[in-house]
Amino acid sequence: MSVRLSAHFSVLTPSDFLRRCAANPSDVFVAAAMNALPFTIYVSFAGALLALAAGTRSHFAARWIALVTALTSFALTLLAASSFVPSPGLQTIIDLPWIAELGIRYHLAADGISLTLLVLTGLAATVGVLFSWNIEHRVGEFFALYLILISGVFGVFLSADAFTMFVFYEIAIVPKYFLIANWGSPATREHAAMKLVLYSFAGSALVLAGLLWANAVAIAHGSVSSFSLNDLAAAATHFSRGEQIGLFALVFTGFAVLAGMFPFHTWAPTGHVAAPTAASMLLAGVVMKLGAYGCLRVAMPLFPVGLAFWQPTIAALAIIGIFYAGFIALVQDDFKFVIGYSSVSHMGFVLLGLAAANSTAVAGAVLQMFSHGVIAGLLFAVVGRMVYERTHTRQLADLRQLPLHRLLPFAALTFVLAGLASMGMPGFSGFPAELTILIGVWKTSPAWAFFAGGGILVAAAFTLRAIQVSFFGSTQLSPVAASASEPTHAGSPLHYEPITLAEKVGTALLLAATVYIGLKPDVLLDWITPALQSPLMQAALKGGSL
Amino acid sequence: MSLSAQYLWVIPALPLVAAAIGALTPRSGRSLVAGAAIVALALSFFISCAALSTALANPAAHLTHNFTWFELGNDTVRLGWLLDPLTAFMCTMVTFVGTLIFIFSLGYMHEDENFKQFFCFLSLFAAAMLGLLVANSLLLLFICWELVGLASYLLIGFWFHKPSAAAAAKKAFITTRIGDLGFLLGLLWLYDSAGSLLLYDNGNGVLEATALGALGSAATVCGLSVASAIGLLLFCGAVGKSGQFPLHVWLPDAMEGPTPVSALIHAATMVAAGVFLMARVYPLLTPDALQVIAIIGAITALLGATIAVAQYDLKRILAFSTVSQLGYMMLAIGVGAPSAAIFHLLTHAFFKALLFLGAGSVIHAAHHEQDIRQLGGLSVKMKLTFATFAIGTMALVGVPLFFSGFWSKEAILHAAHATAGSHFPFYAALVGVVLTAFYNTRLIAETFFGHGRSHAAEHAHENSAVMTTPLVILAFFAIALGFLGTPVYPWLQARLSGETAVHGHSLLDGVGLLVLSSGLVALGIGAGFALYGRTLRLRTKATAPDPLAIAAPRTHAFLGDRLKFDELYAATFGVVNTFLATASDWFDRSVWGGIVHFLALLGEFSGTVNREADEQGLNAGFDATSEKLRASGQAYSRAQTGDAHGYLRFLAVGFVVLALVAILGGGA
Repeated sequence: MSVRLSAHFSVLTPSDFLRRCAANPSDVFVAAAMNALPFTIYVSFAGALLALAAGTRSHFAARWIALVTALTSFALTLLAASSFVPSPGLQTIIDLPWIAELGIRYHLAADGISLTLLVLTGLAATVGVLFSWNIEHRVGEFFALYLILISGVFGVFLSADAFTMFVFYEIAIVPKYFLIANWGSPATREHAAMKLVLYSFAGSALVLAGLLWANAVAIAHGSVSSFSLNDLAAAATHFSRGEQIGLFALVFTGFAVLAGMFPFHTWAPTGHVAAPTAASMLLAGVVMKLGAYGCLRVAMPLFPVGLAFWQPTIAALAIIGIFYAGFIALVQDDFKFVIGYSSVSHMGFVLLGLAAANSTAVAGAVLQMFSHGVIAGLLFAVVGRMVYERTHTRQLADLRQLPLHRLLPFAALTFVLAGLASMGMPGFSGFPAELTILIGVWKTSPAWAFFAGGGILVAAAFTLRAIQVSFFGSTQLSPVAASASEPTHAGSPLHYEPITLAEKVGTALLLAATVYIGLKPDVLLDWITPALQSPLMQAALKGGSL
Repeated sequence: MSLSAQYLWVIPALPLVAAAIGALTPRSGRSLVAGAAIVALALSFFISCAALSTALANPAAHLTHNFTWFELGNDTVRLGWLLDPLTAFMCTMVTFVGTLIFIFSLGYMHEDENFKQFFCFLSLFAAAMLGLLVANSLLLLFICWELVGLASYLLIGFWFHKPSAAAAAKKAFITTRIGDLGFLLGLLWLYDSAGSLLLYDNGNGVLEATALGALGSAATVCGLSVASAIGLLLFCGAVGKSGQFPLHVWLPDAMEGPTPVSALIHAATMVAAGVFLMARVYPLLTPDALQVIAIIGAITALLGATIAVAQYDLKRILAFSTVSQLGYMMLAIGVGAPSAAIFHLLTHAFFKALLFLGAGSVIHAAHHEQDIRQLGGLSVKMKLTFATFAIGTMALVGVPLFFSGFWSKEAILHAAHATAGSHFPFYAALVGVVLTAFYNTRLIAETFFGHGRSHAAEHAHENSAVMTTPLVILAFFAIALGFLGTPVYPWLQARLSGETAVHGHSLLDGVGLLVLSSGLVALGIGAGFALYGRTLRLRTKATAPDPLAIAAPRTHAFLGDRLKFDELYAATFGVVNTFLATASDWFDRSVWGGIVHFLALLGEFSGTVNREADEQGLNAGFDATSEKLRASGQAYSRAQTGDAHGYLRFLAVGFVVLALVAILGGGA
């Protein structure tokens, strides 16, 4: 086992890599850029070890190692993106036997969908480090776990073998527990971390059971044991309708837990709230996308018959989730809970797009994954880092006593812009994403689009409430002074640490991403749309009409 | 001077640049930002004039420039610019009125600490509004529609330190968004049916014969044809934006914004966007849809005028009159006279902007007093404001022959009378004429005549030229504009309908209606004077009761409470909303939370049982493998110079255990 493992992690040596590049001398750069994508995994993992090692001596070094690592992987994704030639189907990067007896392969590949999410992960990882710059407690371990999580996420988005994907999926889940339990808000962190991990593992168990069952059924139908998505999909065409329905339910539900699908969403708000800022950002920004990605990459193409059967159920749950979480967000007293539930509500749109199962809606869903990843990151950055770590309260009732827009004008502006983006205002990425989803959903069922449209209204309501109460609740510069025994002279008695450069850079990166995609969604759609034309995806999407 | 449709984007782009300058300039750069805003909008005005001259050269043409925004496999989402007389007239009006209001704001907002931000928001608004007008795609129109809504939100809530302003901003945004939802759904449906959202596209646009024919033959849903359903969904957007019943409740509250904002956004331009939208998509509207539009318009016209009778706030009276006048415009669309609607929209923009700026002048002079019970006697102290305000009022009331409102309202009445459909809108419009004359007489009497009833009113004095000059210019147009569309020579209506020839008719042809409406105006003014004008001498204190309140206290109170619409909505939608929110929250915490806790306990229990089983049975089988794992784990930890970390070890072990489970499970 271990021998095999280590062998596989050392297979893609630089010389090997160069040799592979040289195989395509005509287009070395393109090949090189694509082939470098797996290094996002390795670099993050190596960075984790380095940060851990450095952290015991120097917080400064650990931070910089984390930043350089995240930036390197972000740069690698951008490099691949810059030379990416969209084509239907996954472009294999590396494909090696891993556990030969079972046909498990270390198979990494990418298409436009994975690339979109890889870029998102790189961006979120970089920004997350910037917003964790002020962590002082066990810095090395924090960044080590953080980077392991990232490396797992990169791995999931790159896997073309269901088992490999599952392993990376687990690698991404475990560090979450420790990040929340050790660096989260003391009051709820243990409960939240446990809840999150129990949920995640329950989901994983379903996925694993589903994959093993699928493998067993495939063997029973005469196929060779394999976990490759292509092989499984080919084998699954021979499955009975009942098997397809059962398998889809297992695998989809398992992944959908992590996507925050109602009624399996309750881990998300508690987890988000208890998590340290960077972990909330990653949780909402990329980890929830892992679930949706699994649904799209594994459950849907493998079991199209099952998909067709469950479509109305998923759509109903997605729509309920949009409203249910939106309504809850409307009455939360805790600022972070508002954002936590808003994430569940927005992920409802992703799931609805998947449920509609046609190219337009699914393209919209992927766009929404990117968009929500960026916007949720911004919202959590403001609430968790800029506000909470300065005011030490997340209670809206307390925040409305503070003239926050004057004390933290940068945070106020960021939150207003992120809020607008979150409620689907044109000019930000949420608008083309939700528009595309709705156009697509309409093709499958206008009734779904009608209901879902109402969700946009609820989003506007809870976002506006949050904006007004949190930042614009008061204009009095000295609310405390009024009650304090000794009124402070000269302006504000409250003084907060000014917004740091790291925060500003992180904010600028995320804002730039949401505005850029808001104005030019075709940048991503040009990658995503061809990916949906692959035979594998088309098998799932042709069932789009009800 | 001619302008290609390709360069139409410059019109909204100029104010957008000004808004960007505003956003990037520090707080101290007041004059730079204001100057940029005014210059940009003035330049837009000149370009709009060029566009107008181009459009008028061939009024039947729809000059377009289309481009692709993004592609989705088979779906292509395209946007574009459109130049036709409707766009050109509207752009010219918006830029002209806008420029005057910007200039007025220099004086009005002079002392405000957020002066710079104000001009930044105003420019943003102007950009979005102009974008909405030049859009050749319903999607682009919708995008700009949302952005004007955003600008409106920012400007209503400009003085957000007043809780009422913050609440009003939110109310406006959410209420109009209810309508916008209908708009969005209509847009999706239209896109699904017609495959495009371009209005004109060389025969492939949704307003062109091919698409209209296809829509007309599409199946029916729930007794409505698809075309009617789409038309009505789009109309929902117009209902929200243009303050039509039943979504009119936000518009009066929007008066919490600074007065120039009320003048520009909530009187002259943005609120008319709904009317513009309906005029724009008029070819899409089926007779069924038009019937609904006419009735909603008539109800709104009546409702607004009725409620205005019993309001005390100067700006709210004007706001309800805006609601009422927008109802007239919508009614005109519904009875099949979009050109009359746009004519009224244009005249209304000038005289209502005039009235609001006049009100602003009064409020500024009277130290932000806007309760008409506290005013009075201002005609002597503010002669110029009074004279221009009176002209605006007479245009609004429709005083015959010399005032623009008379001619545009006459065009609407004429169309409503001639319609083949229900005559309810016509009679509602006639009653509205009396009420309009009545409440405006009251407004003038209470504000400008009699005694000053407060310290502020007694010490008011005329404002500076930067504020009065726009009043004079607007007053001129409040008179002059009417002559563009008299029945004798309805030039404006002809051009809007795409005709080059103007077919007028003698005034005597429709003389009955002219006399009737003039008579109704006289009746309303007479009643207003009898009730308010004559009692002014007796009322010297702000506490003196309103004569109408004495005559009919309960009706007056009910009208004063705006027919209790807000209370009704609070008691229905508000309660349902709160209930759903609270119930969901409770459910999530208690029921779901409870189930999860129960499952956790169950897990703990089975965990204990499993552990026992493990210890006794399975564990032994794993021991050998575990040894190997430990060895690799140790190698791993030696690779690090520091402490081998427990969590990482946990991770490695977990990783391998999973693989083992898979092997065992898969092999079984």
